[in-house]
Amino acid sequence: MKKKWLSYPYILWMGIFVVVPLILVFFFSITTSSDGTLVFSLEHYRRFMEPLYLKVLLKSISLAGVSTIICLILGYPVALILAGRQMNKKSFLLFLFVLPMWMNFLLRTYAWMTLLEKNGFINTILSLFGLGPFQLLYNDAAVILGMVYNFLPFMVLPIYSVLRKIDHSIIEAAEDLGANQIIIFKKIIFPLSLPGVFSGISMVFMPAVTTFVISRLLGGGQYMLIGNLIERQFLLAGDWNFGSAISIVMMIIILISMGVTSKYDKEHEGGGLW
Amino acid sequence: MVKNIINRIYLFIIFVFLYAPIAVLIVFSFNDSKSRARWSGFTLKWYEGLLRSPDIKKALYYTIIIAILSSVISTVIGTIAAIGIHNMKKWKKGLVMNLTYLPILNPDIVTGISLMILFIFIRLKLGFFSMLLAHITFNIPYVILSVMPKLKQLNKHLYEAALDLGATPTYAFFKVILPEIMPGIITGALLAFTLSLDDFVISFFNTSSGVTNLSITIYSMARKGVNPTINALSTLMFLTVLILLFIVNKRTSKDTH
Repeated sequence: MKKKWLSYPYILWMGIFVVVPLILVFFFSITTSSDGTLVFSLEHYRRFMEPLYLKVLLKSISLAGVSTIICLILGYPVALILAGRQMNKKSFLLFLFVLPMWMNFLLRTYAWMTLLEKNGFINTILSLFGLGPFQLLYNDAAVILGMVYNFLPFMVLPIYSVLRKIDHSIIEAAEDLGANQIIIFKKIIFPLSLPGVFSGISMVFMPAVTTFVISRLLGGGQYMLIGNLIERQFLLAGDWNFGSAISIVMMIIILISMGVTSKYDKEHEGGGLW
Repeated sequence: MVKNIINRIYLFIIFVFLYAPIAVLIVFSFNDSKSRARWSGFTLKWYEGLLRSPDIKKALYYTIIIAILSSVISTVIGTIAAIGIHNMKKWKKGLVMNLTYLPILNPDIVTGISLMILFIFIRLKLGFFSMLLAHITFNIPYVILSVMPKLKQLNKHLYEAALDLGATPTYAFFKVILPEIMPGIITGALLAFTLSLDDFVISFFNTSSGVTNLSITIYSMARKGVNPTINALSTLMFLTVLILLFIVNKRTSKDTH
């Protein structure tokens, strides 16, 4: 059966609603309107290089980086335990772990607002001990907490699926040859789990670096990450050209970080841009 | 043995971290006072308020209508496309699959603003229709990725056998191919439906103030601060997702057996 043409409507659809919009974003990022006519200009990229905006970029990258590292430290043992053979009811535990991921992420973020706010749950409990109230909301730590909470499953799942596939006879062979648990972990389990670690890193880092919701709700109205900056250009400032330029920069960062991590992750088939 | 206990404790702590916020959220949706910290009696008044609020009713209506329409349309386009892609030559297939992965890998915010630019550029008024188009666009790839594995498993000689036995291509498609790939199609449709229900970022940029979905309503309420009505809404949405996920899970575990 030769029915290639069946995919043409889809290709047309994706052309109109995926490719053309991205071309438009790129087009807006390299033009500026003067007296109603569009002229080529790299002014928006230059503007983004100003310290004010570079600081926002650096802050986004460093907060996302810190969150990714915390997710890795917290998540790796979880994946290890879930993949371990001694656990029964493993699939149920895995289901429990995935479940919060399917809850609307606005609600997951909002849940932390109710816990962290000035007369919220945590401060009330602390006040029973005569402590506080503390300003727990609207700072970097709250934003990092929100990112870790939202994206932790994205770190655990890829590591788990790689760990589960490790051939157990390799570990038994090492045990027979006298390796202890630490050496087995260092020489066998960890190196074999690296593809999962790398895809976990990119799956946490990418949404963390692009978010504007977590930073808006847990960081407050004045909190600026690169996502908030983009949102502002389009919805408040009305500066599409500058907003587009930031978006292009963000896409490049994402593509680079994916290129780096997917080198180690050849798991998925048939596609994946790199 | 000691290691086992440590493992259990660690896992327990992580689960507390994951579920405590949700549990607090749900418990305080039944709290009589507006306080989020002190329990002052059981009530359903926030749920009643939810049912009476015209804004939330409207948002719920749009959320469901868009989820149904976008999942149906994207399932039809995606399934047909998957069959076409399946029959492509290798390098062309790779190219089209890269196109399919593009919206999945692209940051949501970039997909959102790029579609917004497109709609404003072609002078399509932002609102119901633009949001629907956006949802279809981000749903189709997930349908394709659900249907493709089923097509790969398909025995291609079955179709040829049907033709040899005198079936028209259309008849053979509906009687042979479609039933075989149906599990993938339904999984894709449910996935699309759930993603559409859940979407915030892309909807946020592609609608106007008159047409909002539940996520956008929650965002604009949460921006103003904590509000027990959101807790009630969260509880209902969490239950809905729980049920949907349960159905999808049952389906996929049936498929693999």
